[in-house]
Amino acid sequence: MQTYNLKHLKELESEAIYVVREVASQFENPVLLFSGGKDSIVCAHIARKAFYPAKIPFPLMHVDTGHNFPETIEFRDKFIKEIGANLIVASVQDSIDQGRVVEEKGFNASRNGLQTTTLLDAIEEHKFDAAMGGARRDEEKARAKERFFSHRDEFGQWDPKNQRPELWNIFNGMKQFGENFRVFPISNWTEMDVWQYVLAEGIELPPLYFAHEREVFSRDGVLMSTSDFIEQKEEEKNMKTTVRFRTIGDMTCTGAVSSEADTLEKIIEEVAATRTTERGTRSDDKRSEAAMEDRKKQGYF
Amino acid sequence: MNNDPNTYLDMELLRFSTAGSVDDGKSTLIGRLLYDSKSIFEDQYEAIEQSSKKKGEEQVNLALLTDGLRSEREQGITIDVAYRYFATPKRKFIIADTPGHIQYTRNMVTGASTSNLSIILIDARKGIIEQTHRHTFIASLLGIPHVVFCINKMDLVDYDEATFERIKKETEAFASKLAVKDIHFIPISALKGDNVVNKSENMPWYKGGTLLYLLENIHIGSDHNHIDCRFPVQYVIRPQTDEFHDYRGYAGRIAGGVFKPGDKVVALPSGFSTTVKSIDTFDGEVEEAFAPMSVTMTLEDEIDISRGDMIVRENNQPEVSQDIEVMVCWMSERPLQLRGKYAVKHTSNDARCIVKDIKYKLDINTLHRLEDEKDIAMNDIARVSLRTTKPLFFDAYQKNRVSGSLIIIDEATNETVGAGMIVG
Repeated sequence: MQTYNLKHLKELESEAIYVVREVASQFENPVLLFSGGKDSIVCAHIARKAFYPAKIPFPLMHVDTGHNFPETIEFRDKFIKEIGANLIVASVQDSIDQGRVVEEKGFNASRNGLQTTTLLDAIEEHKFDAAMGGARRDEEKARAKERFFSHRDEFGQWDPKNQRPELWNIFNGMKQFGENFRVFPISNWTEMDVWQYVLAEGIELPPLYFAHEREVFSRDGVLMSTSDFIEQKEEEKNMKTTVRFRTIGDMTCTGAVSSEADTLEKIIEEVAATRTTERGTRSDDKRSEAAMEDRKKQGYF
Repeated sequence: MNNDPNTYLDMELLRFSTAGSVDDGKSTLIGRLLYDSKSIFEDQYEAIEQSSKKKGEEQVNLALLTDGLRSEREQGITIDVAYRYFATPKRKFIIADTPGHIQYTRNMVTGASTSNLSIILIDARKGIIEQTHRHTFIASLLGIPHVVFCINKMDLVDYDEATFERIKKETEAFASKLAVKDIHFIPISALKGDNVVNKSENMPWYKGGTLLYLLENIHIGSDHNHIDCRFPVQYVIRPQTDEFHDYRGYAGRIAGGVFKPGDKVVALPSGFSTTVKSIDTFDGEVEEAFAPMSVTMTLEDEIDISRGDMIVRENNQPEVSQDIEVMVCWMSERPLQLRGKYAVKHTSNDARCIVKDIKYKLDINTLHRLEDEKDIAMNDIARVSLRTTKPLFFDAYQKNRVSGSLIIIDEATNETVGAGMIVG
C-alpha cells in the first residue's frame, strides 16, 4: 500500500514555501533580508522554489555594516545574479555619515547594534510592509517565542508579552498604516535541518563555512579573524590555524571555531557531535542574559 | 549520539505539545527529554547553572531553559508558548511548550493547534484533578490524534502499580466521553528519569515502552486527511516570460486528499469543472500530491481562479455556506460581542462575519453546557453561530483540521481574538 508521509526536510520545506507565498499574498511590498549567511541563502532558495517558474516577486535587501568578510560580498553578488533577483543594499556607513547613529568605540566596538537603525530607516524609505528573514527559534531563547508573522509597531518594536496568538497555519498579517511585520519562514528549522537541507538540495555556500587556514586571535575563548575593523589588545597574539565559521555576521562580532570540516558531510558530522550552540561564537548575544530580547524589542531582526 | 550524516536525512517529524505548570514537573520532564537525548548544549547548561546559582537554587533549574522572556524568568512561570526542538536518530521533534493554568487556556489552544500528540501530566499523588479534565478536553477539541498521559512522580508513591492502574482506569472512563482517538499511559518519574528515556528498574510490573520510545515509534502516517481532496488556492503564478508565456499555475498547500494529473476537479465557488493538467514543483512535475505538500497545479481549461478559491474533486465536495457553527476559544481581553462584526480568515479565504448567536458557554472543567451564560471572555470556550459575508468552503474540524479551522480578527485592532473549530 502506498503511504503518504513526508519526511522532515520536505515537510519543513513545504511549510516554509507556504509562509513565503502567504507573505507575497498578504502584503503589498515585502522584502527578503539577505545577509549572505546560510539561513538567508536557504530562505532565498525557498523563495525561488515557491514562485517557480516565475521569478521571486520581491527584492532582497542586505543591511551592510561595511565590516563584512570580503568572501560574503563576493558570494552575495554572484548568488543574486544567478537567481536573477533585485538587491537593495542598506548601508550602516550611510547612517553613520548622516549622523543617524554613532559608532561604538573600544575593543569590543561593533556595528551590529547600529544595524537596527539602518534596517528601520530602509523599511521606512522603501515602504516595506513585511521583512522576511532567516531567524530560527532554536537559535536563542527569545527567538523561541517568535511567531512566524511577527507584528511590529510603527517604531519597529517587538512586544513579546502581547503577541498575536498564531493558530494552525492561518497567518494574520492585518495591520494599521505605518506598522509592519517581520516574517520568519524557517522558524521551525534547527541548525542541523539547515545543513541537511543544504546538502540534500546542493545549495552553494560562502567558503567561510568550510574549514580553511586563517589568521586569528583569541578573545574570551572565541577565535576572531584579524581585520582592520577590530582593535586588538596587546596580549591578543595572532596565530594561523584551520577554522570555520558556524554563523556569519560581520567581522567584529563573529567568531570562528577550530575545525577540520571542509565538506558538507564533515560539517554535518561535526554539528551532530558538537556540544555548544551555534550562537556561542556571537559576542553580540553575550552582552547580557536578555541581550537578544532587548535588541528585538528595539526593532532588531 | 549517532554521527552518521545519512541517518539524519530521512526522519519523520512529530509535533507535540505539553501543558502544565512547574509543580506538575512539566519543565523537569522537558528538561529530562532534552538532557537525556543530549539536546542541551554545554553553553546553554552552563548559562542556566549560573542563573540558578545566582537565584540561590540548589539544583540546576531546567525551567530556565524553556522560559525565554525576562518576565518569565523573573516570575518563574511560563506565560507564552515556546517551541523546543530535539532529534533522535529516529525522529525530529517540535515541542510546543505551554503553561497549564486556566488563565492560559488560549496559549494551550495555540500550542495544541499544530500538534499531532499531546502529553498530559498527572501527579500520581493527586490523581485526576480539574486540570487533567481541562487539558484532555483541549486535546480533544483541537483534534489532537494521540494523547499520552504521563503519571508522574511515581517515586513519591513507592512506584505502586495499584495507584497507576487506578488513575489509568479513571482517566479512561473520562476520556471515553471525548473524541480522543488514541490514548496511552506511562508511569514515570521525570525527576529520577524513570521511563522517560530509560526504562525504569523500579517498576518491573510496567511492560510498556518509555515515553521517548513511544514518541519515536507512534504511527503518525495517518494524521493528515488523505481522503477528501481539498486544495485552497494561495497564490496565482504567472511568469509572463517568453519561455512560460501562457503559464498559469495555482500555488498552494494541499489541505486534504491525494491529487493526481488527470483528476476531474471542480473550482469553488465558480463550480466550473476541469481536469488537473500537471502538478509542478521547482524540482519537476510530480505524479501525486498530498497534505501537507506545497505545490503548483495547472489545469486543462482556462477558468477564472484566484486566491481564496478551492479546488476539490467533483464527487467529494466540502460544505459551502455562509452560516457556520463553531466552537470558539476566545483570546482577547475584549469580550465576544453578540451581533458584533469581525474579520475571518479561513484557509486562504478572507471574509467578514457577524456573531448571530451564542448557543452556550462550556465549563471546560466539567464539560457542562452553560446555556444561560452569554458573556464570553478571554480563555472561554463557547459554541457560536456565525454568518459570513460570502460562502466559505469548509469541513468539520474533526474531519479536517485545515479546512475545518478559522480565526476571528477584531477589525478595530487587527488582533486575532478567536480560534474557531467548525462543527459539522
